[in-house]
Amino acid sequence: MKLTGAEILWECLIREGVDLVFGYPGGAILPAYDAMTKYPQIHHVLVRHEQGAAHMADGYARATGKVGVAVATSGPGATNLVTGIATAMLDSSPIVCITGQVPTSVIGSDAFQEIDITGITLPITKHNYLVTEVDEIAPTIREAFHIAKSGRPGPVLVDIPKDVQIAVTEYEPISEPAVVPSERLVTVATTDEVDRALALLEESERPLILAGHGLTLSGAEQELLEFAEKRQIPVALTLLGKGTLAEGHPLCLGMMGMHGEAHVNIAIQEADLLLAFGMRFDDRVTGDLKTYAQNSKKIHVDIDASEINKNVRVDLGIVGDLKHVIGQITERMQPAEHAEWVNLIQSWQDDRHLRDIYNADPGGKLYAAHVIRDLWKYTGGECVVVTDVGQHQMWEAQYYHHQRPRTLITSGGLGTMGFAVPASIGAKMGLKDGEVWTIVGDGGFQMTMMELATAVEQKVNVNIAIMNNSYLGMVRQWQEFFYEERYHATPMGSPDFCKLADAYRIPNMRVTRREEIPQAVEFARQQTEGPVLIEFVVEKHDIVYPMVPAGASLHNMIRRPVAGAVTEKE
Amino acid sequence: MKYSMSALVENKPGVLNRVVSLFRRRNFNLDSLTVGRTEIPDLSRMTILIEGTETEARKVEKCLSKLVNVVQVEHLHDKPSVMRDLALIKVKVEGDRRSEVMQLCDIFRARVVDVAEKSVIVEITGEEDKIEGFTDLLRKIGIIEMVRTGIVAMGRGEHTVSPNGYRKTAAKGSKSVL
Repeated sequence: MKLTGAEILWECLIREGVDLVFGYPGGAILPAYDAMTKYPQIHHVLVRHEQGAAHMADGYARATGKVGVAVATSGPGATNLVTGIATAMLDSSPIVCITGQVPTSVIGSDAFQEIDITGITLPITKHNYLVTEVDEIAPTIREAFHIAKSGRPGPVLVDIPKDVQIAVTEYEPISEPAVVPSERLVTVATTDEVDRALALLEESERPLILAGHGLTLSGAEQELLEFAEKRQIPVALTLLGKGTLAEGHPLCLGMMGMHGEAHVNIAIQEADLLLAFGMRFDDRVTGDLKTYAQNSKKIHVDIDASEINKNVRVDLGIVGDLKHVIGQITERMQPAEHAEWVNLIQSWQDDRHLRDIYNADPGGKLYAAHVIRDLWKYTGGECVVVTDVGQHQMWEAQYYHHQRPRTLITSGGLGTMGFAVPASIGAKMGLKDGEVWTIVGDGGFQMTMMELATAVEQKVNVNIAIMNNSYLGMVRQWQEFFYEERYHATPMGSPDFCKLADAYRIPNMRVTRREEIPQAVEFARQQTEGPVLIEFVVEKHDIVYPMVPAGASLHNMIRRPVAGAVTEKE
Repeated sequence: MKYSMSALVENKPGVLNRVVSLFRRRNFNLDSLTVGRTEIPDLSRMTILIEGTETEARKVEKCLSKLVNVVQVEHLHDKPSVMRDLALIKVKVEGDRRSEVMQLCDIFRARVVDVAEKSVIVEITGEEDKIEGFTDLLRKIGIIEMVRTGIVAMGRGEHTVSPNGYRKTAAKGSKSVL
C-alpha cells in the first residue's frame, strides 16, 4: 500500500493504540495535520500553547499508564514543548512528541522556523530521532513508543521534516516488537540478591520502606502491600509515591522529606534498614547527605541501574522490575512483627496534633490547608487530584490522603509551575470517568490559564480550585525564613478570576469562608460538562510546616509553633 | 586516577554527540575519547578515559549503558589490557640534530615518516607514558607541532567486549556515528 509519510505516521500511531493527541498546527507539520483528516479515530485536542500539549500528554500518561502524545510544528512550536518534555523526563512519564521540521534540503541553513530540536531536547528526552527518510517513519514510531514505556519510562521526541511527511512509499505495518540495544532484558533479582536481602531483613529490628513512583510505574502496589504486611514494616512515601500504599493503612506513615511529617523523617534517621523501592534519594527527601540515615543498612531496588549508588551508597542494590523483585523477596521471607519499632515511631508524633493547622481554630480565616483537608473530606478522598507547584502542592501532599495509585498527579522532579491546568485536562480526557480536581496557586494558574479555552472547547469536566493568596507563597516562605522577610517580587496581583471564568463561560464561585467549602464542592459536582472554577481566597502569610531547610539534616525541621495556626502579620 | 572503558555503539547519526553530551551533563571529567569502526559494520567502538574516582567510573558506565544506541560497556582498567596511543610529531632538525632525532627514534621504536629540509615527522605508537617520555626528549630539540589519536584499548585474551547477540534495530541510520 502506497502512503505518504504523514499517513504512515497516523497509521503507526493508531497501531500503538493512540486515539487522542494534543497539539498545535503550523507550517512544517501541516502535511501531518492534513492527513489526520483521513483518520477520524484520532481525536485531536487543539491546545492554546504547545507547553500545554506536552503537559496534557503527561497528565494523560500519568492518569492512565498509557503513552501520551503531543504534536507541534517546527521552531517555536517545538521549543514551546521543552518545559513539558523536561517535566516528563524528571518524573519518568511516558510521552511521545511529534514535531514537524523544515524540509531536509534546507536543514542547517537557518531556514524559517528551523531549530535543532533533537539537539535541544537531547538531555531532556530518554531518546529522540530526526527522521530523514520516509521509510524510517514506521520503524521509528514503533521504537519510540517502546522506549517511552519500557524500563524506566520517559519522553521520546520524533522530529519529521516536511518533505519526509509528503514523500510516498510502500507501507507495511510492523508487528514485531522493537529491539533496543541498551535494553535490560533481565528484570528479576538473582537468587544471591534475594538471599542477601533476606539476610539484611533478618538482622533488622527497625526496618522502613521508602516507597516511590517506581512502584506505580511497575504496577507493584499489591506486592508492596503484601511485603509490608507480611513483615509488618512501616512505609514512608515520597511525593510521587503517594497512592502506592493507601494512606490510612496502619503501616503507612505518610510523606517523607522537606515537608514530610516530623515523625517520618525521624524514623528514616533512626531506622536500621531502609528498603528503597523505586525512589531515587532526591535532595528534597534526603536533606544533607552527610547526615542522612547514618544508622541504617540500605537496600535499593530500581529498574534504572544508574540510580543505584548515585546519591546514597547502599549495601545492596538490585536492578529489576519492582513487581518481580518484591514478589521474589516476599515469597521467601518469614513473617515478622516490629511492634516496638512501630510504637516508637508513633511516639514521635507526640504533639503533632497540637502543631497541626487542621486542629487550629481558623478564627474566621480561610487557610489553604483547611480547604484541601475539607476537599478530601467532602470528596471522600476518592478523586484524582492534579496539583501545581508550591505551597498548595505540599498541603495537598499533607492533607489529601490518597487511597489508590495514579490519583495524585504532580510535577515532582522539575517542579514545573503551570503544570496543573493542562495536566488535569489531559488526565481527565484519558480517564473519561471520575472526579478530577485541579489544585493550583494564583501564580501557577496564570502561567497556563490560556488552556481554560481548551477545557471549554473540549468540554473537559475538571474542577479547578485556585488557592489565591496573592503571593508566590512558597518563594515568599523562603524569603521569610532565609532572606530576612524581604518579600521582593513575590506579592502578585491577579485578575478577578471569577470574571475571567465568566469570560470563558465557565461556571464559577468565590469562597472566602471555611463554611462555604461544602457548598463549593456541591457546586462543582453539579456541573457535569466542561470545567468549573472556584477561587479560594486564602490566608496570605501562611507557611508550610514542617520544613527541612534546603541542605540541612533531615531531622532538623522547622515545625509549626504549638501555640496554633500562624504568626499574625498585617 | 584514570579509568578506561570500551563502549560498543551503533553506527547512527548523533551517537558521538549523545555520549559527549552525557559527560557534560553529568559533570564527568573526560580525559580521552576515541571512536572508530569495528569488525561489525553496524557497530563502532569507543575507548573512553576518564579522570576521577572508581565510583565515578561506575556511574559513567551505568549512564552510558542507558543510552539507547549503546550496545555494551566494559571496564578495562581492572583487567589485563593493551593500550595504545599514536602520535605524529614534527621536529625541528637544524644542523646536526637530525642524527640525534634518528637515534632517539631507534631507542623508542619510533619511525620517521616524512623528511623535509628543516624538519622531520616522527610517528610513535605506544602507551601514554612512552609517548610522554619521547616527547619530553624531543621538546629539548624543538617540536614544531604534534597530534595524538588518543587512547585505543583492548582486553587481553578472553577479555572481550562482545556485542551480546546484538540485533540491528529496525530504524536504520546513516553511515557514520558522527
